[in-house]
Amino acid sequence: MTGSNDRIGSSTVGVSTPAVELSGITKAFPGVIANDRISLRALRGEVLCLLGENGAGKSTLMSILSGLYQPDAGSIRIDGREVRIGSPRDGRELGIGMVYQHLSLIPTLTVLENLMLGSNPGIVLDEVRARARLGDLAARLGVHVDADVRVGALSLGQQQHVEIIKALWKDSTVLILDEPTSMLTPQGIEELQKVLLGLKASGLAIIFITHKLHEAIAIGDRVVALRQGRVVGELGPEVLRTGTPHEIQGRIVEVMFGEDPTRGPQIAELREDLAAERSDARTRLEGSPEILRLDGVSAPGARGQHGIEGATFVVREGEVLGVAGVDGNGQRALAEAIAGQRRSSVGTIHLGGEEVTNLSVGARQRLGLRYVTDDRLHEGVVGRYAVGLNFVLKRIGDEPFWRKGTIDRKAIETTARSLITEFDVRTPSPATPIGKLSGGNIQKALLARELSFDPRVVVFHKPTHGLDVKTIAAVRDRIRALAARGVGVIVISTDLDELIDLSDRVAVLFAGRIVGVVENGPQAATRIGELLVGGEAAA
Amino acid sequence: MVDLLSPTFLTAVLAAGIVAGIPLLFASLGETLAEQAGVLNVGLEGMMISGAFVAFVTALAVGDYWIGLLAGGIAGAVVSLVMVVFCIRLGLDQIVVGIALVLTAEGATSVLHDIWYSRSYPRLPNVEPFRIPLLSEIPVLGGSLFSQPLVVYVALAGVAFAAWAIRRTRWGLELRAAGERPDSLDAAGVSVVRTRTVAELMCGFLAGVGGGYLALVGAGTFVPFVTHGAGFIAIVIAMLARGRPWWCVLGGLLFGISLSITTALQVAGIAIPVDFVEMLPFISVLVVLVLFVRESRLPSALGLPYLRGSR
Ligand SMILES: Nc1ncnc2c1ncn2[C@@H]1O[C@H](COP(=O)(O)OP(=O)(O)OP(=O)(O)O)[C@@H](O)[C@H]1O
Ligand SMILES: [Mg+2]
Repeated sequence: MTGSNDRIGSSTVGVSTPAVELSGITKAFPGVIANDRISLRALRGEVLCLLGENGAGKSTLMSILSGLYQPDAGSIRIDGREVRIGSPRDGRELGIGMVYQHLSLIPTLTVLENLMLGSNPGIVLDEVRARARLGDLAARLGVHVDADVRVGALSLGQQQHVEIIKALWKDSTVLILDEPTSMLTPQGIEELQKVLLGLKASGLAIIFITHKLHEAIAIGDRVVALRQGRVVGELGPEVLRTGTPHEIQGRIVEVMFGEDPTRGPQIAELREDLAAERSDARTRLEGSPEILRLDGVSAPGARGQHGIEGATFVVREGEVLGVAGVDGNGQRALAEAIAGQRRSSVGTIHLGGEEVTNLSVGARQRLGLRYVTDDRLHEGVVGRYAVGLNFVLKRIGDEPFWRKGTIDRKAIETTARSLITEFDVRTPSPATPIGKLSGGNIQKALLARELSFDPRVVVFHKPTHGLDVKTIAAVRDRIRALAARGVGVIVISTDLDELIDLSDRVAVLFAGRIVGVVENGPQAATRIGELLVGGEAAA
Repeated sequence: MVDLLSPTFLTAVLAAGIVAGIPLLFASLGETLAEQAGVLNVGLEGMMISGAFVAFVTALAVGDYWIGLLAGGIAGAVVSLVMVVFCIRLGLDQIVVGIALVLTAEGATSVLHDIWYSRSYPRLPNVEPFRIPLLSEIPVLGGSLFSQPLVVYVALAGVAFAAWAIRRTRWGLELRAAGERPDSLDAAGVSVVRTRTVAELMCGFLAGVGGGYLALVGAGTFVPFVTHGAGFIAIVIAMLARGRPWWCVLGGLLFGISLSITTALQVAGIAIPVDFVEMLPFISVLVVLVLFVRESRLPSALGLPYLRGSR
């Protein structure tokens, strides 16, 4: 018997028996086959990276393994024994711990309460035991976690640690992480990688979903690529450990997309000369008129995040202004102040020479201002509405979609179809509720909406968050094309590479203040890095 | 004219306030449980009036008010099954179903009352208060606070238990999670539907007991629409209590007293139009809402149906 006692670090289960073996897993949703006869194995002491474009079926597959969804067909073996995982609880009893793509902790509960949820054996909460277990696991991860703070008050990186501790709570042998790094700072990512390598050494099987190739190479022992619900390729350690990172990334892209990586849109991670490409910016923008101007704009923060104080800058037509900063330093306040969703307490905002400080969101939109929010699930779209309706959500009452007060479904559908093709939104039909799309495809739909209908200034907040490499490349191309057409663009991002790739200038936000503006160029990354950590030093 | 500040008068107002406040306490405690689990139980008034009617019928037949209250509670729970089936299981809109429930329950109880009692208008005998020795001798307070029907003390013990259970038991933790992030609760391996069902049934039971108390102890009889908006006031109390049962006691008392002052002013023959005086409880609701509305942070998933897999 391979009972549940001999888990971590045990040698009673042969090295050759995979911790997890999926065979022929199939799962269909209305209009799509999310998983099509997928077979996969994960070994102890190994990190398996699952890659694939948006909507490839990664999250679905892992939700099946964790017990959240039931497969239509196929079988699952854990430590060689065939099992049926009827619910997440079954999954955890079998030693499968999962960290979901969208954080699943409850912000209003304390860390301890979150950990006890679903795992407290008796009727009365056993805080003493939970506290001890938390201490053990935190020590094993090498992190410090305060048991009694509310989760909402923690940074995303700390929340991620709590998520992992929760996933390991029941002596898990398999740890699944669905895009755990997409919300973390570079330091947070580094820390997470260290934690995972430690856990791997202790004998866990880890399945890691990511869109970032360099992460896959840094911590993955094996890479499996999915496309349209099928396994389309696998790379073993022999490939991942030989050659330059650049070559390996090329190989991964090849299996992911089944094509020569040099064709099609250029994938940013594969390019080495990002900064150089933008250094011609100064000459190009000389004499270009201002399109957006902020003078001493201050706006309050919300939910424990920084507001902004005295933001002053100009964006010219055709310029891409990057805004760098660690999450929570006022990004949201800045974006919302420009969009008109948050009243600025002092200062003025001009759009193309016209003062818009006191205009409503709608009025600013009619003047050509667009805002692509980072909170796509809640604020960006209405999940229950069809994709098509979401496209025209901000044009309610306007021709040609509304005629004499009634919806013109034909017009909406025609527009929807062309946007879906243009932006490569993977959806069964324009009538599918948008909430059913995969994370990346919701983002594409949101972009499609904001970039259509003649924008003059677009504010992007983390525009490529959660997108696959190819889509990232396509989105960035679009942003560049937008600028080339004379639109003023602001890109707020925590991803420094992205800002270097896109921006003409990069403003650095620290504790609600803009502490410096750096011209993009060879030394820009270093300079921005200094401002990011030093903050006040440069002000 | 009665002396408004005489001890007898104050005792009477306070005692009547408690009598009027207890149904609010029961119902708002129930609503608190449902809301913590994410169910906005707009049908509370319907559960109360059903409880009031069934409790009255039962007490009349059996002659025991404990059995009457129990029957009222069961009736409330049965009515809440409608919410369970349509809102929690099938995911229909909680507000729509809740309103339908109130209208149906009010209509049905009125019709049944007309058929059975419209000639006789039977009344129940007064309920004997339970005098706590010594304490009940204290002037003003003693005669009101410590000389109440036994069920009042049972209710307070229930509040203490609920306050403890919400914070300290697995059930309470799951309840709060169901109202805040049902998907997380599901991912943690606990059934959202079951958690919400249990909370809703408890809410129905408590509202039914509250309605029963109102009929048996407060009014001593059942007349159509006897709850008179108490269910809606209880919803407001629950929203302000934000999951803290002791606040339901406070809210119940506050609104109970404003109800009893209404009656007292009428008895005292103060020259204010009756319609004005009768508005007093609702005006105090408005005042409290305006003063404390910022405080009323509700569970994030309140009123939202949860169906697994629909993101
Ligand atoms: N609950 C659901 N209902 C209907 N369709 C769904 C549901 N969940 C997923 N899908 C569909 O299944 C497909 C796979 O989705 P999944 O979320 O697994 O993709 P993914 O690989 O995780 O993508 P991403 O990288 O964007 O997160 C998508 O086409 C998606 O629209
Ligand atoms: Mg996913």
